Amino acid sequence: MADATRGGVGAPAAHDSAALHVSGEAVYVDDIPEPAGCLHVYPCPSREAHARLVRLDLAAVRAAPGVACALSAADIPGENDTSPTGTGDDPCLADGTIHFLGQPLFAVAAETIEQARAAAARAVVETEPLEPVLTVEQAMAAGSFVQDPHTMRRGDAGRALAAAPRRLSGRMEIGGQDHFYLEGQVSLAIPAEGGGMFVHCSTQHPSEAQHAVAKVLGRPDNAVTVETRRMGGAFGGKESQAAQWAALAALAADRTGRAAKLRLDRDDDMTMTGKRHDFVAEYDVGFGADGRILGLSMSLAARCGFSADLSGAIVDRAMFHADNCYHLPDVEIVGHRCRTNTVSNTAFRGFGGPQGMLAIERVVEEIARDLGLDPLEVRRRNLYDPPGGGSGRDVTHYGMKVEDNIAGALMEELARSARYAERRAGIDAFNAASPVLKRGIALTPVKFGISFTTTFLNQAGALVHIYKDGSVHLNHGGTEMGQGLYVKVAQAVAEEFQIDIDRIAVSAANTGKVPNTSPTAASSGSDMNGMAALAAARTLKERLARFAAARFGVAPSEVAFRANRVRAGEAELSFAELARLAWLGRVQLSATGFYRTPRLGYDREKAWGRPFFYFAYGAAVSEVAIDTLTGESKVLAVDILHDVGRSLNPAIDLGQIEGGFVQGMGWLTSEELRWDGDGRLMTHAPSTYKIPACGDRPERFRMAIWPRGENAEETIHRSKAVGEPPLILAISVLHAISDAVSSLSGGRLAARLDAPATPERILAAVEAMRARAGAAAGRRAAE
Amino acid sequence: MRREIRFLLGAEERRLSGFDPLATVLNWLRREERLAGTKEGCAEGDCGACTVVLGEPGPDGGLRYRPVNACILFLPALDGKQLLTVEHLKAADGALHPVQRAMAERHASQCGFCTPGFAMSLFALQADGGPGRPPADRQAIDDALAGNLCRCTGYGPIVAAARAMGPPPAGAAVADGPLDRAATAARLAALDAGGPLAVEGAGTRWFAPTEAGALCGLLAGHPGAVLLAGATDAGLWVTKQHRRLETIIYLGAIPELRRIREAGGALEIGAAATYEDALAALDGRAPDLAETIRRIGSRQIRGAGTVVGNIANGSPIGDSPPPLIALGATLALRSAAGRREIPLEAFFLDYGRQDLRPGEFVESVRVPLARAAGLRCYKVSKRFDQDITAVLGAFDIEVADGTVRSARVCFGGMAAIPKRAAACEAALAGRRWDRAAVEAGRRALERDFAPISDHRASAGYRLAVARNLLDKAFLETTAPDIPTRLAGPGSHGHG
Repeated sequence: MADATRGGVGAPAAHDSAALHVSGEAVYVDDIPEPAGCLHVYPCPSREAHARLVRLDLAAVRAAPGVACALSAADIPGENDTSPTGTGDDPCLADGTIHFLGQPLFAVAAETIEQARAAAARAVVETEPLEPVLTVEQAMAAGSFVQDPHTMRRGDAGRALAAAPRRLSGRMEIGGQDHFYLEGQVSLAIPAEGGGMFVHCSTQHPSEAQHAVAKVLGRPDNAVTVETRRMGGAFGGKESQAAQWAALAALAADRTGRAAKLRLDRDDDMTMTGKRHDFVAEYDVGFGADGRILGLSMSLAARCGFSADLSGAIVDRAMFHADNCYHLPDVEIVGHRCRTNTVSNTAFRGFGGPQGMLAIERVVEEIARDLGLDPLEVRRRNLYDPPGGGSGRDVTHYGMKVEDNIAGALMEELARSARYAERRAGIDAFNAASPVLKRGIALTPVKFGISFTTTFLNQAGALVHIYKDGSVHLNHGGTEMGQGLYVKVAQAVAEEFQIDIDRIAVSAANTGKVPNTSPTAASSGSDMNGMAALAAARTLKERLARFAAARFGVAPSEVAFRANRVRAGEAELSFAELARLAWLGRVQLSATGFYRTPRLGYDREKAWGRPFFYFAYGAAVSEVAIDTLTGESKVLAVDILHDVGRSLNPAIDLGQIEGGFVQGMGWLTSEELRWDGDGRLMTHAPSTYKIPACGDRPERFRMAIWPRGENAEETIHRSKAVGEPPLILAISVLHAISDAVSSLSGGRLAARLDAPATPERILAAVEAMRARAGAAAGRRAAE
Repeated sequence: MRREIRFLLGAEERRLSGFDPLATVLNWLRREERLAGTKEGCAEGDCGACTVVLGEPGPDGGLRYRPVNACILFLPALDGKQLLTVEHLKAADGALHPVQRAMAERHASQCGFCTPGFAMSLFALQADGGPGRPPADRQAIDDALAGNLCRCTGYGPIVAAARAMGPPPAGAAVADGPLDRAATAARLAALDAGGPLAVEGAGTRWFAPTEAGALCGLLAGHPGAVLLAGATDAGLWVTKQHRRLETIIYLGAIPELRRIREAGGALEIGAAATYEDALAALDGRAPDLAETIRRIGSRQIRGAGTVVGNIANGSPIGDSPPPLIALGATLALRSAAGRREIPLEAFFLDYGRQDLRPGEFVESVRVPLARAAGLRCYKVSKRFDQDITAVLGAFDIEVADGTVRSARVCFGGMAAIPKRAAACEAALAGRRWDRAAVEAGRRALERDFAPISDHRASAGYRLAVARNLLDKAFLETTAPDIPTRLAGPGSHGHG
């Protein structure tokens, strides 16, 4: 008998589905054998960005071969809305007004998807065009918002700006990003008896899909069950925006009494579902000769699309993160949520945070170039105090004390291990001798607030059964999208019971097992579901211990669980044997667990308080080369040091760090969303929308988990959330490119490179830099 | 005339007739065979989630594997071949294949949706290597995986798995199963899938002649037929534009069109020869042309698509025409009435219009090799691998005694067709090859081109890059020690 268990906390356990993934046996929603007579639903998109829907005649559609039903807004028995926060502005099917190009006007259910698509072309659609609002600039000019502007402030930014020794201002455009989960949106709805509905849905938020289906069908929540075993990627794109497709599939199933599947193909998915918000950031900063920020006024305007979706919280998070790791003494940050006639933008890994951090990092870069300092030095000088720092620079612009700041220590360790200073000297030498290719380097830090800023979402539930053979069934409200949540929670339960992880079966999130769940989002999955599962496991363990104590005549404190065995005084038996005895002894071997995140308290009216339980930190050094003749760029080397607290599973955590970084690199380099003047998305498939490929991975990629990591708060085994923060490490790539461009001015001028840094943007920055450097040299000569 | 297709699904024989010839292999696998391991990620051959491997008799009598995208492969193209999917990798006893084991052990899957496609690409890479060959290097791995997108891992663990996967299993581990190459070769021979094929279903006719002469006859009888080789372009008409095609004449079963021949200092590439075969023939002799063809697409695309298809579809952003025009390539056009030969550049008349008479098809392209070693060719796009070109410039500048003897400069992405820069060439010809000549050439390019703006690039960027590429060609020919490249063999930052 081995004296240790396999797959406990801290072990680099494989993803629970690894063997199924590599053999093609993992079942995704589209792989579930279709029930006999299953219909295929096609949502027919609008061709205009903004119009009045005057007439919709579906008679010819209904008469087409294979069609079982064609549904318009008028056919919805309940409410025609799937908005995630009850704003009522997310119609399943267009009703009266067309809000964006690609909005579903009606849905056709047919025997095959080809028939459904062909039938849809027969619809008679009459519209009256309306003037569309497509861009942030247009929306700001028109005062078109999905929610009122919101401000976070401290002190008097205006006075600080006026009094500052130096001051500069600027503007940055930050592009959006498509999730490009490999598995598109998909739901399979199966009617159940008595008006019930069972939906297999690829969603991060089964409860929301359940509630949306119930609302659209006009049924109580208990008539609908939603199940999610796994997603083929999500990244935020299946948080709120899976509900519409679940509802449309359920609508067709409800109408026909047959199973109905709705799967968006790639082009429809990219056209019909929201993306990361693109932002326009404007800043006015006052600073000292030492580079310290004294006053900052910043505007963050996001293109939200036609509806609110989650944009309220997303722009809030951008504003919360407009400090990144830096203390902003007198500051005013205004967030604008622009309503446009484009698809409704939504959650995406980082949830607005990356955009806010990109804005402040641009400000830092401007300051550094203005003062002729290395940007890293300006970053250092603006950091929040370390714990016990004592200089009073430890409270954010929204009133939260930064108690766990390790950014400075982490940056210094990384600068040393990545040989930042030496490499910078080498790059300068290279650039002096290389007229075409230029290299650049940057070190940027990350501080990311962990918790849903919508406080009530910080709750989770779990359900754990022990069967009489000692095997364990684990269920919780969290969903598996590839991030390794299920194996991490299973590790925590294995550790608690002291049994091998292969004795635990993880199971699909199901609204019938754990109700009223929060989305698996905000990086909170293992923090919250892990704690909920732990609570359930502890309940069961206490029951077993009490039973064993009574059975073997010892105190409960003398019962110890160790290495698949249980010792009760002198007696020792296997965990399985104890489970069998407990069952015979009529002990309940099933328990629920619940968790709510402590220490949260934020007053949005005052924009002041503690929205986060803690912060996760990290830092990255990126080195790039650019081609000054074409604007092409290549990331040559990356060094990452990232804080995950005490890792629950270092293999899974490193996977999140690496994958998040590369996804962020794509956002800031090759992934460009382009719309035409009519509001039509032109980049709606991988042929035109370029996420990083294997060859884009830097030749040298080193990453390490911060060895001193330990969460200051009582999280699950003192670990930290890891889903979103690593994406933001990729800001170092944009800044390394900027650095390479700045080399054309001897590092004296900021490149002011907008994102994504496509070859075209880089070449434009190179040309502008050459012109500005020439003009500056001319001025110096004239003086 | 055979009326059914015959192929192997793993080790099992399949005979199909009366089916829709426009059905994709992906849909057939998932819907008819209920093999759901192969995934749809994009339905346009760009993400690789649907990667499967085709086995067919190789030139040496053995079995040759190539990875392809099942999402844009029409079912009749399987005729006479073996189809391997992720479901065929495990051993008979259920043990994971070494590729699968390496991936699982290196944490190479997260969401798992792209994983079967990666497993198949790695399987093909491993089969290339064979026992005793060293593990693939980083560039070979990147190239093998350029057609597989992963959104979760950042690729590192997959590259690690590729390095660790070892040689292909042999002997008892595969005996008589779908991965037994000798048994497969014997089973393919037993299919007796020779001779011309004609299948029909769902309103579409598919002809697969086996001789070019027969192709001439078919084309004369069906003037509106679509000629199809790799379907890496026409496949998308069906999967993306949802078009129905009435008559298809498939070129892939005509051995004489699949040939690449060298004669008279030129390479003659047949209409059905794949990019991958062309790449092998060009290897080491035309480095920039080879790199351009490598960057046309992934292994999956290169194993299906053809150089001639890239020409015949008349795209203004096809990558092979500019370098081939710069090298002075010619086309052999053939019909029932006979053959004619024209310069490649004369083939492109206007957007969507080529010099192709009714009943005529492009039989081959003839590429002179004399100056191929010195050709400079630059592809500029948002991503290095598997991307569509914004601007592609090809330069064959012959300099003797410091003077430009001749200049052949051709661009893609700058006009409605691949087009030579006549004014630029004239500005360079006869001048000393120096900065002043480059300046004159740069100015002349404005007279040559008025490019468009689209989602790939603006007109201004295209023109600026076209000019700058002339600078690059100048630098590379006059100051070869200056690093100028971020991609391709010998580029900056490798190793």
